[in-house]
Amino acid sequence: MTDNHIVLPVITHLFTAVVLIFFWKKTRISRIISVVANSILVISSFVLFTRTWNAGVFTMQAGNWPAPFGITFVADVFSSTMVLLTSLSGMAVSMYSAVGVSKARMKFGYFPLLHFLLMGLNGAFLTGDIFNLYVWFEIIIISSFVLMTLGGRKPQIEGGIKYVAANLMASVIFLTGIAILYGLTGSLNMADLSRKVALIPNRHLINITALLFLVGFGIKSAVFPLFLWLPSSYHTPPSAIAAVFGGLLTKVGVYALLRVFTLIFVPDDFIAFTLMAVATATLLTGAFGAIIQKDIRRILSYLIVCHVGYMVAGLGLFTETALTGSLFYLIHDIMVKTNLFLVSGLIYKIKGTIKLEQAGSLYAAYPKLSLLMALVLFSMVGVPPLSGFWPKIYLFQAAFAAHSYTVIGAIIVASFFTLYITAKLWAEVFWKDAPTGVARHSDLYNRMNHYGKALLVTPVILLAIVTLYIGLGAENIARVSVHIAQELMDPSPYINAVLGEVVLEP
Amino acid sequence: MKTIILKTASRYLLPLLLLFSVFILLRGHYLPGGGFVGGLVAAISFVLHAFANGLSNTRLLLKYHPRILIPIGLGLSLLSGFVPMLFGEPFMKGLWFPEPLPVIGMVGSALFFDIGVYFVVIGVTLTILFTISETTQLEE
Repeated sequence: MTDNHIVLPVITHLFTAVVLIFFWKKTRISRIISVVANSILVISSFVLFTRTWNAGVFTMQAGNWPAPFGITFVADVFSSTMVLLTSLSGMAVSMYSAVGVSKARMKFGYFPLLHFLLMGLNGAFLTGDIFNLYVWFEIIIISSFVLMTLGGRKPQIEGGIKYVAANLMASVIFLTGIAILYGLTGSLNMADLSRKVALIPNRHLINITALLFLVGFGIKSAVFPLFLWLPSSYHTPPSAIAAVFGGLLTKVGVYALLRVFTLIFVPDDFIAFTLMAVATATLLTGAFGAIIQKDIRRILSYLIVCHVGYMVAGLGLFTETALTGSLFYLIHDIMVKTNLFLVSGLIYKIKGTIKLEQAGSLYAAYPKLSLLMALVLFSMVGVPPLSGFWPKIYLFQAAFAAHSYTVIGAIIVASFFTLYITAKLWAEVFWKDAPTGVARHSDLYNRMNHYGKALLVTPVILLAIVTLYIGLGAENIARVSVHIAQELMDPSPYINAVLGEVVLEP
Repeated sequence: MKTIILKTASRYLLPLLLLFSVFILLRGHYLPGGGFVGGLVAAISFVLHAFANGLSNTRLLLKYHPRILIPIGLGLSLLSGFVPMLFGEPFMKGLWFPEPLPVIGMVGSALFFDIGVYFVVIGVTLTILFTISETTQLEE
């Protein structure tokens, strides 16, 4: 089914960014435009989601060039779910940035860049062409690099260089993989590749190409041992930007892994084993790394790494139940991680520090706000019935069925450490009495007017409600995840939607 | 570089190069050329002017900061992709007028996309060059 609705999430962001460039220095108008555009997109992507949910896969051939030759945009339930989640986080972040980002940054083009970044994300989720996926990745890197270094403080530049070096390397490896794949099959369309790669008799060559993709996407999604760039760069930008990064950027890598390793390279024993080994190591190193950190944002960075392991583990197990677990976790993780970085920004506004030993007594000062933050924190851990709990059940089920007890062990250890770290965070920041001897920081949050406070807290509440829904309405989310897992296990509807209506005109 | 030869030449080269860049832009759809190369040639013509007469004089010549060309170009390219959607065609489908216009040739949505690219390239190149030469001037 050809439908122009698919490109709207991409075009709307581009259009907004162009309009925002015209209002480069007018920060007040920029904020309003950004929030309005993001609200429209939430509605638009929700409509797209319901349509794909009801009617199956939509495709759009850009420029009307037929499928294996032109660039195809495909929206199945997986893509449209990701677009919906991106729009939700985008909206929360743009509301939060209206107050949470300094005017100086806004004058250097913060909002246009944010929209270029979101455009890149949506494009990556919707494209059905592997080279086009690479192009969207480049757009994401370039805009995120500028966002990260905006402000030009020394640690930002340092973090930015590590970030760009690692990600450019990933792009080069990814591009090499694409080149080899094109040499083997003569096609770049993912649906077409799915058919052609299955026919190639030399499976070792395919496995090696698959490994190139695994390394490329692995760097982007920060799996062991390629994650070191993440904890050394994600704590440097302001929280609003870190929220987009933490919530969405690594998840694009996970999305690409899930898409490519179900559609093009169906994991055989070797790839499945590699994925599981990587996932186990990621879960453990992420958890161990997080324990020794003493700074909220660095803890969160390591937890991002740790939790990517869950999703990769589900892919490695490669059964419908396991993929359901991965996808459920993906949905939950995007919402929670975005929100946690926003929360860390809020804590910074109140206490003037994000170091554990200097913070304290937040609960005494702001009990309601603290309970809100507690909800987010404990959703991440997965205290039943909150959202992080359900995907782990699926993962356990799948791992038991496959008798992979190492993965089960790693999941238990990682969950336990996440619980420990969250408890520590709660005790240090919220319950402990504020340490004496530290220079008292004036509470920036308290001095804001009601309007400013509302803009800071509303996005957190909004995302918390979504998280709460993921936890309490788990049945619905599980249904979506099962549906997507079935799509991924049997990609023939996807392939037929892209290639089925090809009519080659003479 | 304040030589009289370069100064005199640049006065004639600027319009010539600009005209040439438009020529490259227009022939671009089926032949080598197009918005990107055309934009670079146009930007070079201003760079040459800046070499010969100094950056401040080129600034005066331009009247507006070239930065403004970036959103204009992006917007034009985007709109050229939008137009086919009004006719129920997919995004970015090339639509063409049936008859060629004199001098310009075939006119279609792809041409407007290219013109958009042309503006963006001029805007980006000149913004980068102006910014760099501004900072070096400050250091001197």
